[in-house]
Amino acid sequence: MTGKQKIFYFLYLHRTGLAVSALSLSLLVYPFFQDNPYTLGLSNLIAIHVIIVLGLNLFIGFAGQISLGHAAFFGLGAYGSAISTVTFDLPAWPAMLLVAGLVGLVALLVGVPVLRLSGHYLAMATLGFNIVIHTIMLQWDEVTGGPSGFSGVPPLSIGDFAFDDEVRFHYLVWTFALITLMLCLNLVRSGVGRGLAALAGEETAAAALGVDTRRAKVKVFVLSAVMASVAGSLFAHCYGFVSPDSFSIFTSTDMAIMVVIGGMGSVWGSLLGAGFITMLPEWMDVFENYKDFVHGGILVFVLMFLPQGLVTGLLEQIKIKMALTRRKDAAA
Amino acid sequence: MLQLEDLGKRFGGLPALDKVSFEVPRGKLTALIGPNGAGKSTLINCVSGVLKPTEGTVTFAGADITGQPAHDIAHSGIARTFQNLKLFPRLTVLDNVLTGLTCEGGRSMLMAMLRLPYLRHRERQLKLRAMEALDRFGMTDKANWPAGVLSYGDKKRVELARATVGNPQLILLDEPVAGLNAEETAAVGDQLNRLRIAGYTLLLVEHDMDLVMEISDQIVVLDSGRCIASGSPDEVRCNPLVLEAYLGRMDATA
Repeated sequence: MTGKQKIFYFLYLHRTGLAVSALSLSLLVYPFFQDNPYTLGLSNLIAIHVIIVLGLNLFIGFAGQISLGHAAFFGLGAYGSAISTVTFDLPAWPAMLLVAGLVGLVALLVGVPVLRLSGHYLAMATLGFNIVIHTIMLQWDEVTGGPSGFSGVPPLSIGDFAFDDEVRFHYLVWTFALITLMLCLNLVRSGVGRGLAALAGEETAAAALGVDTRRAKVKVFVLSAVMASVAGSLFAHCYGFVSPDSFSIFTSTDMAIMVVIGGMGSVWGSLLGAGFITMLPEWMDVFENYKDFVHGGILVFVLMFLPQGLVTGLLEQIKIKMALTRRKDAAA
Repeated sequence: MLQLEDLGKRFGGLPALDKVSFEVPRGKLTALIGPNGAGKSTLINCVSGVLKPTEGTVTFAGADITGQPAHDIAHSGIARTFQNLKLFPRLTVLDNVLTGLTCEGGRSMLMAMLRLPYLRHRERQLKLRAMEALDRFGMTDKANWPAGVLSYGDKKRVELARATVGNPQLILLDEPVAGLNAEETAAVGDQLNRLRIAGYTLLLVEHDMDLVMEISDQIVVLDSGRCIASGSPDEVRCNPLVLEAYLGRMDATA
């Protein structure tokens, strides 16, 4: 190998690690160049969405299922942290863990019966679950504060250092997002991850290869719910205020759209999907009132022409083109 | 190795398999033949756990595996291929073969997410074994291709590599040469023969009579869900019941 080839081979071999490092580094220095609180606030929201979308993409893109109810887990995490720190005066970090555990349990109880369904039925069941949770948030005034929301959630802190401005949030939420990203990258590159990919491809074949399909689906569902719950806790502590509006079925569909835009089964795509859909309203505030139309239109368009999702779909087309060219070359 | 006793499967009232009993001896290649609709694929599906038999027992290596879920049967050492290829078109060839090692890849999602050193080490070994399996079928140069773009013959080869990579005790092959040309058929036949010589136990469902007669140690003939004959290729070839099932009753000459 020549020197140049060696460098390329090194880059190829360590591409995942290098990409994560590059991303971490740019996020580390980002606040030095960008100190507009509004812009930072947006990028923080992206990070929170990234955490949810990574989990949801494991469920949709890898396990091959569908959920239109993940905003419920996001909301349970947010309200859980808000209620336990304000009403019950629990310390924020342990509360976050406790809430994540409880949300995992809820996901298990919901998942075991619901994941026997598939396709449209599963979409409907998860949607219904979200509506139930949303209604409880709206109606149970004494506990949740009802439609006007729940305010006064304290910021997270380490010792005396409180995460109470946009720059500090930035480091907090992106640390969580990057840890989640790494955990997901590890998972999909493992044997368990391949089992999930097999499950998304063809259930009978996956089972014949030794994947316990029912169990795997429930496990991923619980895992993604826990991630959404952690994102919810961060959301509550960062904004100090939660209201039912943030956790309606429209949030759930937005999350699903982020997965679709990024590409099903693509961990990196989740970042792009979350970023793109979170930024979209900023780029076209003229269309403010038609947001749901635009999102719905994008979803239909992508699913019609690139059913694997926008980014993955395009990359796949390129890969297939390349492989076909090589096949022709080999034949010639 | 594998024993079927009075195995039956009904779809509604219709019997697809009716009291089928035979044994697949260890280290031999047993072929299962019969006209279309004889119940061969149903039988493979009942053994591998895709379908639950309605009566009878399946015993594998001394343990009763009747009606167990497919993934448990896979873990007990039975691998299979599918008649209509079930590769994962979006995964690379190498990853497809690696899915054949699911049983050895570890089950804990948490450990996988932390990517502990022992898992990394194991992962490297699994990759080596997958490459060896690809090498056996002459597919190493296409290891990084998406499986979806492979030619039909190559896909069959990858599926065989996937079925054999975990060194299963028994391999169920559902029509491995269907749709292949003569040259490719000969190549697959050669590979099956090598697997047989290497000591694998194989149960082969196949329509290609030349291939079956050439490489089988034992042949079982199904017709309309019943086992009508079994024995060595020569015995089966001369069995009048078999000729009748395949060619129809020849009253005029009888």
